[in-house]
Amino acid sequence: MSNRVSVFRKEHFNAAHRLYRPDWDDATNDRVFGKCALPNFHGHNYELIVKVTGEIDPETGYVIDLKLLSDLIQQEVIERFDHRNLNLDTKEFAQLNPTAENIAVVIHGLLRKQLSESLELQVRLYETPRNFVEYPA
Amino acid sequence: MVYLTRVEHFNAAHRLYNPDWSDEQNEAVFGKCSNANWHGHNFELFVTIKGRPDPQTGFIFDAKKLSSIVRERIVDKVDHRNLNVDVDFMQGKLCSIEHFVMAIWKELEPALPPQVKLHALKLIETPRIYVEYFGE
Repeated sequence: MSNRVSVFRKEHFNAAHRLYRPDWDDATNDRVFGKCALPNFHGHNYELIVKVTGEIDPETGYVIDLKLLSDLIQQEVIERFDHRNLNLDTKEFAQLNPTAENIAVVIHGLLRKQLSESLELQVRLYETPRNFVEYPA
Repeated sequence: MVYLTRVEHFNAAHRLYNPDWSDEQNEAVFGKCSNANWHGHNFELFVTIKGRPDPQTGFIFDAKKLSSIVRERIVDKVDHRNLNVDVDFMQGKLCSIEHFVMAIWKELEPALPPQVKLHALKLIETPRIYVEYFGE
């Protein structure tokens, strides 16, 4: 029987953003992004679920210490994005449209480089209770 | 007496700050919530009315009509907006959810038909923080 288990940690952050392309005119941004392009920003309570998959360590019984994973998410994600304006305050989204899709890919990248290569990583991000994304798909 | 609640939701940006204070004082009191570039939330608004069911319809008030009124008077003004900058009924007010829920009541109550009694508003800012207001 395989010893591979997935462990999950849930965190949250609250942020403002808007969806738009600066190289499009207002009419195009409005047509494509609708209300999400409004110029004074709007916001979300983002809920992040981080899934790490690997073998159970025979000494600790852990795939990964979930306290360490929580600290890592706090340090790499929450401290960057919580109570921020994603478009204005973060270098990750200075040139990248902060759609849920792009945010999930960015978060995955930030965590991936801090985790052992023997662990698989997947990120699920809820922008609202009804809209969420996963990466990798 | 029966209490009927309609739930609506909207996503908005805001910041907590007092314009009479320095930036340092705002940061000391409001912390990250005073970020000058805003932050945001998915808000949920529970609107509770009370009354006795009409013997012909079984309704206190048609919940779809209640939803239309709440959307027109509140949600359409705040959804995907900046509460500090874009919302007429929040101008000049501190943008805490305490003030926001009271301002929503003031906007919504006069828009309800006379036979409908507004009992309570519950405004959820995050899964861990919400306020309730009963019009007092």
